[in-house]
Amino acid sequence: MAAPTARVTGFTLPNRIRSGSNNIILTSLAVAVLIIFLIPMVYGIVTSLKTSSQFSKIGAPWWPASEDKITYEGKEYDIYRVPIEGELRDLALYKPGRQSSEMLDPQNLEAGPFTWEGQWRQLERAWVADPQWGNYVQAWTAISFETLLRNTVLYAVITTFGAVLSASLVAYGFARFRIPGKNILFMLMLSTVILPGAVTLIPTYFVFLRLGWVGTWLPLIVPAFFSWGTNVFLLRQFFMSIPRDLDEAAMIDGASPIRIFRSVILPMSTPALTAVALFHFFWAWNDFFGPLIYLAGNPDKYPITVGLTAFNTLYSQSTNLIQSASLISAVLPIIVFFMAQRVFMQGVVITGVEK
Amino acid sequence: MAPVSEVLSSKGLALKKRRRKMTRAEKREARWGLFFLTPWIIGFLAFYFLPMIASFVFSLYEFNPAVPDQARFIGFDNWQRALMVDKEVRLSFIRTLHFAAISLPIGLSFALFIAILMNSKHVLGKNVYRTLFYMPTMIPLVATVLIWNGVLNEQTGWINIFIERLTGIQATGTQGIRWLANPQLVYYAYTMFGLWAVGNAMIIFLAGLQGVPTELYEAAEIDGAGWLRKLRNITLPLITPVIFYQLVLGVIGSLQYFLAPFVLNQGTGFPEGKTRFYMVYFYKQSFSFFNMGYGATLAWLMFIFALLLTVVLFGTAKYWVYYASEER
Repeated sequence: MAAPTARVTGFTLPNRIRSGSNNIILTSLAVAVLIIFLIPMVYGIVTSLKTSSQFSKIGAPWWPASEDKITYEGKEYDIYRVPIEGELRDLALYKPGRQSSEMLDPQNLEAGPFTWEGQWRQLERAWVADPQWGNYVQAWTAISFETLLRNTVLYAVITTFGAVLSASLVAYGFARFRIPGKNILFMLMLSTVILPGAVTLIPTYFVFLRLGWVGTWLPLIVPAFFSWGTNVFLLRQFFMSIPRDLDEAAMIDGASPIRIFRSVILPMSTPALTAVALFHFFWAWNDFFGPLIYLAGNPDKYPITVGLTAFNTLYSQSTNLIQSASLISAVLPIIVFFMAQRVFMQGVVITGVEK
Repeated sequence: MAPVSEVLSSKGLALKKRRRKMTRAEKREARWGLFFLTPWIIGFLAFYFLPMIASFVFSLYEFNPAVPDQARFIGFDNWQRALMVDKEVRLSFIRTLHFAAISLPIGLSFALFIAILMNSKHVLGKNVYRTLFYMPTMIPLVATVLIWNGVLNEQTGWINIFIERLTGIQATGTQGIRWLANPQLVYYAYTMFGLWAVGNAMIIFLAGLQGVPTELYEAAEIDGAGWLRKLRNITLPLITPVIFYQLVLGVIGSLQYFLAPFVLNQGTGFPEGKTRFYMVYFYKQSFSFFNMGYGATLAWLMFIFALLLTVVLFGTAKYWVYYASEER
């Protein structure tokens, strides 16, 4: 820093210091907010590993733990935190007494019991980490997670296929063809995006009921094959960005519109198709109201969301199992999210801003 | 299927208008276009248009799907009941708006705050934080609600334990802060779950922030503007279209708010009916009591509310939403 002229240092140094301190302040602010934001996640994980009895015990630590014990000469003894000469030591209570008790040092069992002067009832228990991984197994079986998972995956995969297929066809129609009244149709399609679902629900339910479809997945799957506004919108925007020269070249070669769609448009739209597929997949993974209404009373057909709700009602006292079950249901979406995060971070931008 | 004939006739109508002007090639193109639009046209008619009309017709009947033969035409009795007699309709609507008035401003400000942080050149390692802020959005909402139900538990939840450790106020236990059981607090508790789904709003705000031209900031800096001034006079005005977009979607979403109260209390409205929102009441009438005629009326009313709110919001837009294109 010696070499530059006084003028240059005079300008850059204060700026750099200011910018450095801004970096520190704002980065720590972001990290602090993030930590607070994610604390419930930590709570969920920690709680899911506790024993059910830990919740009601006074003085229990925040992490999954159980009271420490040792076995001495074939019998179990509880370990307490005993103040001796100004420091806390973990000692086992061998023979409790009113004014003095006999203690064992777990580090030095050969020495045998010794007398400690004091009231053992005022001592605190020593806790040892004891994560209950078995809670996950228990939650998995109690909620019959295999069935729920199979149902959810099937539902999500089938509707994603239908949604992407139909939305890409319709988006192609909107993006490439001159159709009389197309703008009105397009506005109509966009307006369905903000139409509250309840308005159409009751007649639709009634028709599905008369068809005998209530209690099956058909009312949830079939509509997905008739294209939804948001997906169409996203894909149309993308298709419009594909240069028309490509279709025109194919058209001159005598390719039909279906052929152009299959061999030109679709292969060039992989990013947009992936985004729509992922969004729809997780929309279906999250779907609650539809399955709740159409699958009521058919627990073997429930997806995870509805199954988890039913589980919560039945096991409302087992906080730890509810947390395990909730986390199990979140594992797959989170893994996929981390693998495909770019799609999520960009795909929404396409849907969101243009509207 | 009935809709097919509808499609054909609507196609015919659309073509008739301009038949004189269209050449053979144009007709061919239009026909191909309509072919590709078919899934949507069928879907629109079968799942939007016809059900909406049918829903209105249903609202004129007293109707239980278990005994469809006993359906009885009652004219506008359902509408009269919903608008004049049944106080719960008005109450649940007011609750919904009350909750929206708390949760939307907090939720949108939080999303904007995070987006501004994630857009600041002074925050190091932004990509990692951005991913982590988005992550809870991926957790199924039911699971989110259940995790937060634990965190907010009055005895064992961490929020109360933290408050107690930090401030010394007795926050846990029956005398403590009962987030989900206290009618004064329950909307704030529900708002907190909502913050976990901040991801999409954050990304949309981020895109908006990145669209603000940097020249404006540079010019303001030369004029000696501080960060607060830049935020108030450049950033916020220029992203008002994004705020507006989120607000419209947020209001419509709030009208349909259902999952959290249903998961937490099966729609009982606990505490003191505070969480019996409009959609919860609609669900109860339609799918617990199977009063489907009345349910259809409530649904139509919701549609009218949503339309009115959207129109009002669009009406206010010209006073506060900035559109760059208008100026040019």
